[in-house]
Amino acid sequence: MASQVPQNAQDSAPPNTSYGRSLGESLSVQRRVIDALLRREMLTRYGRHNIGFMWLFVEPMIFTIGVTILWTSTKSIHGSDLPIVAFALTGYSSVLLWRNMPGRCIGALQANLPLMYHRNIKVGDIYTARLLLEFGGATISFTGLSVLLIAAEWMEPPDDVLKVFAGWLLITWFGCALAIGLGALSHMSELVDKLWHPFSYLLFPLSGAAFLVVALPQFAQDIVLWIPIVHGIEFVREGFFGSRARAIYDLGYLIPFNLVMSVVSLIALRYVSRRVVPE
Amino acid sequence: MMRVRDLRKVYRTRFDDNLVLDGVSFDLAMGDRLGILGRNGAGKSTMIRLISGAERPTAGTIETSMSVSWPLAFGGAFQHQLTGFDNVAFISRVYRQDFERNIAFVEQFAELGPYLREPVMTYSSGMRARLAFAISMIIEFDCFLIDEISAVGDARFHDRCNYELFEKRGDRAMIIISHDAAYVRDHCNRWGVLHDGKLALYDDFEVAYADFKKLIGWKPPPGWMELQVSTA
Repeated sequence: MASQVPQNAQDSAPPNTSYGRSLGESLSVQRRVIDALLRREMLTRYGRHNIGFMWLFVEPMIFTIGVTILWTSTKSIHGSDLPIVAFALTGYSSVLLWRNMPGRCIGALQANLPLMYHRNIKVGDIYTARLLLEFGGATISFTGLSVLLIAAEWMEPPDDVLKVFAGWLLITWFGCALAIGLGALSHMSELVDKLWHPFSYLLFPLSGAAFLVVALPQFAQDIVLWIPIVHGIEFVREGFFGSRARAIYDLGYLIPFNLVMSVVSLIALRYVSRRVVPE
Repeated sequence: MMRVRDLRKVYRTRFDDNLVLDGVSFDLAMGDRLGILGRNGAGKSTMIRLISGAERPTAGTIETSMSVSWPLAFGGAFQHQLTGFDNVAFISRVYRQDFERNIAFVEQFAELGPYLREPVMTYSSGMRARLAFAISMIIEFDCFLIDEISAVGDARFHDRCNYELFEKRGDRAMIIISHDAAYVRDHCNRWGVLHDGKLALYDDFEVAYADFKKLIGWKPPPGWMELQVSTA
C-alpha cells in the first residue's frame, strides 16, 4: 500500500521525500511556491500604501541619485576624466546589487520559520524569492536611471550593452552565491549578522565602486584585484565606457570564484535545510 | 495508509544530546483517529512535526500514500503584517487551490467580518484561532494532524470545529494531541501513550488512560471521590 501513488500528488508528496513526482511537477510546484512567496514578500515589505511595490526600485534609485550628486559635487577622485555621472551610476548600482542580496538573506529563514510547516516550501525558495526581488529592484533602478540620464544627455549611452548586461549578471551571480551562503550560515550563528555589517561597509570602498583599478598605484592594484567583485565592476565599466577607460579584470578569476562560492553556499544551504526546526 | 517505523529524533543541546523519540512505530489507515497522551515534553509535538514533514527524523521512516496536513491549530504560517485575506491568498497559491471558493469559506467560517481585510496583528487570539482553523480546512487533506486545538476559542468555536473535523471529515485519518483527556476519548478510536520516547498503542481508552496516569505518577488527591473522567 505504501507504494501507491498519492492521489493528488501535485499538492502533497509524502513527508521527507519527493518520490511520486516528476521533474516537471516539481518545477511547477516550485514556481508556484516562489510566486506566492514573492507576492507575500512584496506586500509585507511595501504594503498597499502610497506607491506600494514601486519602492522596490524607487528606493535604490534615490540611493543612487544621492550618491551621484554627492560624488559630482565633491568631484570625487576617481582618477580619470570619465564623466562622473556614469561612473557613479555604474559603481553604486553594482554595490546595491551585491550588498543588498546578502543583507536580505541573512536572518531570512529565522523570520520565516513558520513557513517550514508547509512541506512544499523549502529553505531555498525563501532565499530565491528574496534574491529575485533584490535583482528586480536593482536592475529596474539601474536601467531606469540609465535611460533617464541618457535621455537628459548627462551621460553617453553604453558602448556595449551586452557586455554591461553580462557584467551585471556576473555581479548578480556573486551576490546570490554570497547571499545564500551567508543566509544559511546566519541560521547557525548570529555572528554572521553581526560581522556582515562592518564587513560590507568596509568592502564598499574596496569594491571598485569608487575608483578605477587603472588609476591606482601598482601595489594597490595587486591587492585590490584579489577582491572578486572588483573584476565584475571593471567589466561593467568596460561595457559602459569602451575604450575611453582601460578596465583591468580577469574573468578567469571571477568566474571560478563564483563557481566555488556557489558550491560551498549550496552545501551550507543543504546542511541547514536538513536541520531546520520550525518554531 | 501511513506506515511509521522506528522513528528516532535526537536534538543536540549545548550540553548533551536529548533523545526525544526512541523508536516510534505505528500504522494509520483512513478513518483511524489516533489520540496521543503524554506529559509535557514527552515529544508529542515533535512527533507531529516529523509526520507533517516539517522536520526530518534522525532515523526511521515515514511512508504514506496519504496527503498529510500541517499541524492544525498552529498559526498556519501567518504573516502578521498581512491581512487575513492576503494570508488566505498565500495558502491558496502554495497549495494551488481555488481562491474565490476559499475566501468564501473563510468569510463564512471565521466570522471576522471587516477584520478579514485588516492585518492579522490586530486580531484577538480567538480571531486568530478562527482564521487558522478556517485556513486549515480549505485544503482537503487525507490525514489531519491536530495539535491541541481544544486549547483556544469558545464553546461555539469548538462545536463548529468538531463539526468540520469529525462530522464532515469523519472518513479521514487523524492524529490528535491534547491534554484534555475527555476530548481525546470522545473523538478518537485508537489511542497512544508517549513516554520516554516510546509509543504504546491501545484500542481501549480506559486502559490507555490508566497507564498514562500511572506513568505520570498521578495519585488521587485527598478526598477524591472516584469522580475521574466520566465515561458516559
